[in-house]
Amino acid sequence: MSAMNRKIIQNLAETLCKQVKHFSKAESECLIRLFNGLVGEQAERRAAHGLDRVRFRNILHNTFGMTDDVMMDRVFRVFDKDNDTYISVKEWVEGLSVFLRGTLDEKIKFCFDVYDLNGDGYISREEMFQMLKDSLIRQPTEEDPDEGIKDVVEIALKKMDYDHDGRVSYSDFEKTVVDENLLLEAFGNCLPDTKRILLFEQHAFQEPHEH
Amino acid sequence: MGVALSRAIQWSSEADKLEKSPLNNDILTEILLFTEEFGDKHPHEARLTFSEPLQWKTTLEASDFMSDLYDIRGESAMSQECDDKERPLLHLSPPDITVHSFYHLSNLLLLNKDKKMKEVQTCLEANREPMKIIFGPRSPTIHEDKLFNILHQLDENLLSIAVRPIMIIEGRLSPAAVNTEVDLLKRFCGTGENRALKSVRYTSDYVFSNGCRSPPWRQMDGEICSLIIETCDTEPTLFITCNTSGVFLDEEINGEGGENSYRRKSEAYKDLVTLLKNMSPHFAKASDEKDFAIQDVPSTKKILHVETVDAEETGQTLKSYDHEEKNVLEKARHQLVRNKPGGRKKKLEPSLKWKNLGLTSPFDEAEEKARKSRESKRILEYGTKSPASENKKKANFSGSSLPGCQSSQKIKTPGADDFSESSSEDEEDEEQPERRAEAATDLPSEYWQIQKLVKYLKGANQTATVIVLCSLRDFNLAQEMCQLAIRDVGGLEVLINLLDTDETRCKIGSLKILKEISCNSQIRRTIADLGGLQTMVSILDSPDKELKSLAAETIANVAKFRRARRTVRQHGGIKRLVELLDCVPDGVSQSKEQETDVEVARCGALALWSCSKSTWNKEAIRRAGGIPLLARLLKSPQKNVLIPVVGTLQECASEKSYRIAIQTEGMIEDLVKNLSCDNQELQMHCASAIFKCAEDKHTRDLVRQYGGLKPLVMLLNQAANKQLLAATTGAIWKCSISMENVAKFQEYKALEILVRLLKDQPEEVLVNVVGALGECAQISANLATIRKSSGINPLVNLLTGTNQALLVNVTRAVGACATDPENMTIIDRLDGVRLLWSLLKNPNPEVQASAAWAICPCIENAKDAGEMVRSFVGGLELIVNLLKSQNKDVLASVCAAIAKIAKDVENLAVITDHGVVPMLANLTNTGDDKLRRYLAEAIACCCTWGSNCVSFGEAGAVAPLVRYLRSNDPSVHQATALALFELSKDPNNCITMHENGVVKLLLVMIGSTDEILQEAAASCVANIRRLALANEKAKYG
Repeated sequence: MSAMNRKIIQNLAETLCKQVKHFSKAESECLIRLFNGLVGEQAERRAAHGLDRVRFRNILHNTFGMTDDVMMDRVFRVFDKDNDTYISVKEWVEGLSVFLRGTLDEKIKFCFDVYDLNGDGYISREEMFQMLKDSLIRQPTEEDPDEGIKDVVEIALKKMDYDHDGRVSYSDFEKTVVDENLLLEAFGNCLPDTKRILLFEQHAFQEPHEH
Repeated sequence: MGVALSRAIQWSSEADKLEKSPLNNDILTEILLFTEEFGDKHPHEARLTFSEPLQWKTTLEASDFMSDLYDIRGESAMSQECDDKERPLLHLSPPDITVHSFYHLSNLLLLNKDKKMKEVQTCLEANREPMKIIFGPRSPTIHEDKLFNILHQLDENLLSIAVRPIMIIEGRLSPAAVNTEVDLLKRFCGTGENRALKSVRYTSDYVFSNGCRSPPWRQMDGEICSLIIETCDTEPTLFITCNTSGVFLDEEINGEGGENSYRRKSEAYKDLVTLLKNMSPHFAKASDEKDFAIQDVPSTKKILHVETVDAEETGQTLKSYDHEEKNVLEKARHQLVRNKPGGRKKKLEPSLKWKNLGLTSPFDEAEEKARKSRESKRILEYGTKSPASENKKKANFSGSSLPGCQSSQKIKTPGADDFSESSSEDEEDEEQPERRAEAATDLPSEYWQIQKLVKYLKGANQTATVIVLCSLRDFNLAQEMCQLAIRDVGGLEVLINLLDTDETRCKIGSLKILKEISCNSQIRRTIADLGGLQTMVSILDSPDKELKSLAAETIANVAKFRRARRTVRQHGGIKRLVELLDCVPDGVSQSKEQETDVEVARCGALALWSCSKSTWNKEAIRRAGGIPLLARLLKSPQKNVLIPVVGTLQECASEKSYRIAIQTEGMIEDLVKNLSCDNQELQMHCASAIFKCAEDKHTRDLVRQYGGLKPLVMLLNQAANKQLLAATTGAIWKCSISMENVAKFQEYKALEILVRLLKDQPEEVLVNVVGALGECAQISANLATIRKSSGINPLVNLLTGTNQALLVNVTRAVGACATDPENMTIIDRLDGVRLLWSLLKNPNPEVQASAAWAICPCIENAKDAGEMVRSFVGGLELIVNLLKSQNKDVLASVCAAIAKIAKDVENLAVITDHGVVPMLANLTNTGDDKLRRYLAEAIACCCTWGSNCVSFGEAGAVAPLVRYLRSNDPSVHQATALALFELSKDPNNCITMHENGVVKLLLVMIGSTDEILQEAAASCVANIRRLALANEKAKYG
């Protein structure tokens, strides 16, 4: 298998590393190998399309320590650019490029896409509510248990909605994050932290050389 | 005796059962532990049998007594030991048990594994007066019986347990509440027409640790204190007891009657004001008119609180702070309960304002909120109030109510003193509008918003936390209202807790807020109290650089007081902060990475700067290897890095080790370089560092070699910035100790500028300017310069000042100026010598010495010096009496002055009358070369009058003088030789000298190159020789 396979992988890596910013050819190759390994674990039929949602979510959960269901789904959707419910090898490498090494701008774009649940180019009140609904301990004493969350949504909106149209556009979001980096992941954890990135890269990029 | 056992324990209503209360629990535990350990601790006493056995119904069974000590017969058990009446000391026939000694009590408890407490309780319930049972009807006195002693000890322990919890009974009067109320009432006493009361006072001034004033055995009954209140209309005086359950009238407080004299006369009222309103119609009327009643209590309370914070400034312990805090809450709660509708029997008349606060809901969150708001409102108002409403009371508090600029002074006992002294009517009236305003103004909306945000913060996950933190940052955190609002709604606790989480973003968000608000001194203290420093110190280990920087910057803000600095050090903060300094500040082409490193170093330096105000921390920084790192950062081109670095260095330069290091690590060059930068703060710190380091000669030379003198002189033109000016003049002063430097200063025309600075400057500048002039004036060329730029006049004027450091320098400068005869004329005309002379009366020996030194050249150079000196009434006596000083320098200087004075024969006669000869002779046994020299001079000069020469000999001054010749100091030799020459005019002195081997020593001196010394020595030898010749002639001739 391997000689030809290796050739294919190398070619693929060659082309991918030209399209994707942050990885060298060797690194792309490693990622492709990793991808193939992961896909190989799946059932035959699915493997043809790429990584399915469950498997990808497992990676997000186990490797990148994400816990929020909504966020994991959204990250999957953002990775899955062609919306075919599978992540292809190209989508994998492209996605990871932002995920692991993205510049601030790239990350802003990524996060915005994650948070724009319906993909209409705006983060609306309802979307925020959806994402933040478990972010506060509910006070059973209060009349409306959602009141606090609604309030947090308003707070977030007040902070981000520069053009006062009641929703957060991409440029609103960008402005906000450039102003205050802490708000990059304003509506949920959708990027891995530095420690996880380091671990992942060690694992993914160093393995082949040891063989 | 037994007071605690019988009274402290809370019996339930059925009278034979113990109430289930924490207090009882504590007491029982104490008794249990005591009894269990009794057998081991006091083996002998444990064997003593009780007068009567303790009997109760036990849960133990015979089978429990499986031990060699006990015999078991069927269901019953008994001890093998018996008392003298053959009764076993322990006898069990379930469920009854009788015990005769502590030994068995203690055993019994040890056998009883899980129901010990129950056992003790039933035992006590069955034997309500154990003391009587143990000792029988006749109680022994303390000295009689060791057992009694031990039990007495136990009783006192129990008493102290019982006294403690008074504070925490909710809904009852607390000592703090009473105290506040009494303080309030005191303000309405007075002498005027409108006073509400005549006087209010406590019967006892002693306050126990729990705030009560009543003796402990009365505290058992919940008593807090007793008061004597004179009202305007009731007779006789009211004797009032404040109890936790209420306030009531006493029959009378009679010291001799002891405990029994205290009898409740009236029913209990819920507080003093209510009682007084009921007792005194006049008071009720007056108080209704003035409407002061309860509303004022919270504000008083608030003041208390603020002051406590203030007192912290002086380094009070955390404990007392907590204590006060608790009091405050206690009081607040107390007031709530007081005002809860239906919660009282007496008809109460809460004022409208009180009603307006809307306390109709049940005691729950709403009330809690209202309470908090009231409290914080007070804070806010005290915090932000403009000093427009000036009355005496406000003035008293203004210092403490403006946080940030508070001083650590005064008001140790809050309230009482200030109130009693300012208890006149008109002030009361002035206060009225203010209080109304207080009630009318509502809290700003920001307060409520902040409260809401903090509430969310408490229950948010990391995502919402970050949003809320960012939103919180949008408030104007530089504003005190916001800072205190965050604190008052419990925000600091949450923020500090966040620092303990793993969430970097939350930590960063929290630190960004803490960094801002910690510029407020109250916030700083609270952060330290909450243990925030420890957490921040541990954050310094984080790999995240932004986090590290923020933590260091916040530490820099918080560590502005001693306790905080100590905390940082004790938790290893200094070492970690020093590690932050490790970066390469090359400046030209920095990568992003390097930039952040430099930023981390900057923050580290900021924190170290704050910390370096403590001596221990300076040492810690040095030991952590901070000096080379600081030296490296000193090369940085960035001013924002340099300022904290140089700031730290100049702070540390008070330590010798740092001064040496600054010199050897080549930091002088950088300091000098930065003198010419365009940032005044940096210039100031550089100058200040040079000021402190230039005590060392090599450092002074280095400053010159690196061309630092010129920029220093240039900086003198920045006269508007007084701090900078003080540092610069200080540096110039210290540098001018080297004559080479003075020459440079001459070249740069520094003296003219310095002379101009003698007017209208703050003292810290003047001290340095005058010091510099004093040093420069050691070169005679400069004397004329000072005169020509008309510096003499302001210098002499400064002699009338009071600042001791300044006086030392001024006298020195004036003295130096007086060495020029033309200057002396001016000084004389300005009556400068008289001023100098009067400084001899200054209590500071340094000033005395410096003045005496300055007097010497004055006398030398003044025309008609003798006449001038005589014209100072009592002046000669004054200076002779200074010979009694303990200070070597004073003595030397006075001797020098006396030598000058004695040149005038008339004056010499006067000082001889004042006993100068024996006093000088007394001093001769000194080893101090400086003193020896001037003492010898003085003796030489004083010998010329009357029989002084003989008197010195008789007073034993000659032999010690001979020894002076063995000194290593040539100037001592000259003076001594002159003195010996004078003394050798008396034959007896010659004999003494000869006996002390003077000839040999003088012969060496004759070989000296110093002609005066040669001549004096030779003449002295000649005198001795002449005496010998005459003697021989008389013998053989």
